[in-house]
Amino acid sequence: MAFQPYVPPEQLMKDRSEYARKGIGRGKSVVALEYAEGILFLAENPSATLHKISEIYDRIAFAGVGKYSEFEDLRIAGIRLADLRGYSYGREDVNAKTLANAYSQALSGIFTQQMKPYEVEILVGEVGDTPGENELYHVLFDGSVTDEQGFVGIGGKSEELTGHLKETYQESWDLGTAVRAAVAALAATEERDVPADQTEAAVLNRSRGRRKFQRLTDDEVDGLLKAS
Amino acid sequence: MLSLKFDGGVIIAGDRRATEGYSIADEKIDKVFPADDYSAIAIAGAAGQATEIVKLFQTELEHYEKVQGDRLSLEGKANRLAQMIRQNFPMALQGLVVVPLFGGYDQRRDEGRLFRYDATGGRWEEENFHATGSGGRTAKQTLKKRWRPGLSRAEALRASVEALRDASEEDAATGGPDPVRGIFPSMVVITSGGCEDVPTDEVRAAYEELIGDQR
Repeated sequence: MAFQPYVPPEQLMKDRSEYARKGIGRGKSVVALEYAEGILFLAENPSATLHKISEIYDRIAFAGVGKYSEFEDLRIAGIRLADLRGYSYGREDVNAKTLANAYSQALSGIFTQQMKPYEVEILVGEVGDTPGENELYHVLFDGSVTDEQGFVGIGGKSEELTGHLKETYQESWDLGTAVRAAVAALAATEERDVPADQTEAAVLNRSRGRRKFQRLTDDEVDGLLKAS
Repeated sequence: MLSLKFDGGVIIAGDRRATEGYSIADEKIDKVFPADDYSAIAIAGAAGQATEIVKLFQTELEHYEKVQGDRLSLEGKANRLAQMIRQNFPMALQGLVVVPLFGGYDQRRDEGRLFRYDATGGRWEEENFHATGSGGRTAKQTLKKRWRPGLSRAEALRASVEALRDASEEDAATGGPDPVRGIFPSMVVITSGGCEDVPTDEVRAAYEELIGDQR
């Protein structure tokens, strides 16, 4: 029987948190903000095919930062949960809160029981019929959840990002202003230019049909950036 | 239930009658459903089984699209539907047969395509048109006379209305257009722009043109 040295739980949690934070810090960030017609998600992402932002259900979107394989795993689990719920009950019975709770449970389980924690932070956003009914949940690698209002940045530099957005953010921006503010916040935090072809952007737009999720192409983002 | 190709895509159309034995259960149900943005399915046979298959099929297509970040090919969708019909085969042996028609716009080939099925899950691609269900034989005869390559959308709509009207006059389980109550066949048109429900007014106009010409 192998000898297991005693490690105090505080130390164990601290080490795991540090490990997860370091992993997340290596990746690029995502910004989400509520605008007049819904919620915008915008990330710095050089890849056009490996997405950080994705559709989960009719009104719900997902964004992940950190290790791709790990948040991809969570994304697919979320889509499966949502589709299964919507199929067995009703489409209106799928909501962001349930998903955020499921993610929280899964991540906290992994954080305490597995060899290594997931090096991810995720966002679950749901667009409501009115701006007041929008929901944004920020779930951390250890399963802690925060309910965000208006805007949020996730990733290694989430605090700086949120700080930048706090200075400029106004309710009911149009899409163009929201995209420019999000790109400006990313550029200021990273201290470099973030051109349109290095971004990935999507919206949950409440004026769309059943499926509110829509990706914005690089050209669309470029057009909005130049429209200022 | 019928489907035909026209210049730019396919039309899938169905009458509105549901029967329970020899009585009419419903005169205005829909039997044509969009499966996703670029395909639609029409069902004939046991209504309970059929709607369940459609619901599962729609969920599966959307699930695949979200997980993979891309839609299944039209071929892939048609094959998946064949598997689902095959799974229903034990129920079909007990009398609960489901025979769908599936059509869609193939974005890779840039053309409309349509598929028909049998109760065992057999799948065949149709070149031009097909009709199934209790009134299928009559509807197909009308389509045979009316179909030609390069039909316009309006001509195809009219041929569909005529075929369904003819079927309703020969077959007790096919409902006919009912202008008094405003009940007309349901139709979905699928083109490179996606699925679109044909508005009732347009179907009504096609029907009125048809009876006008025959008066």
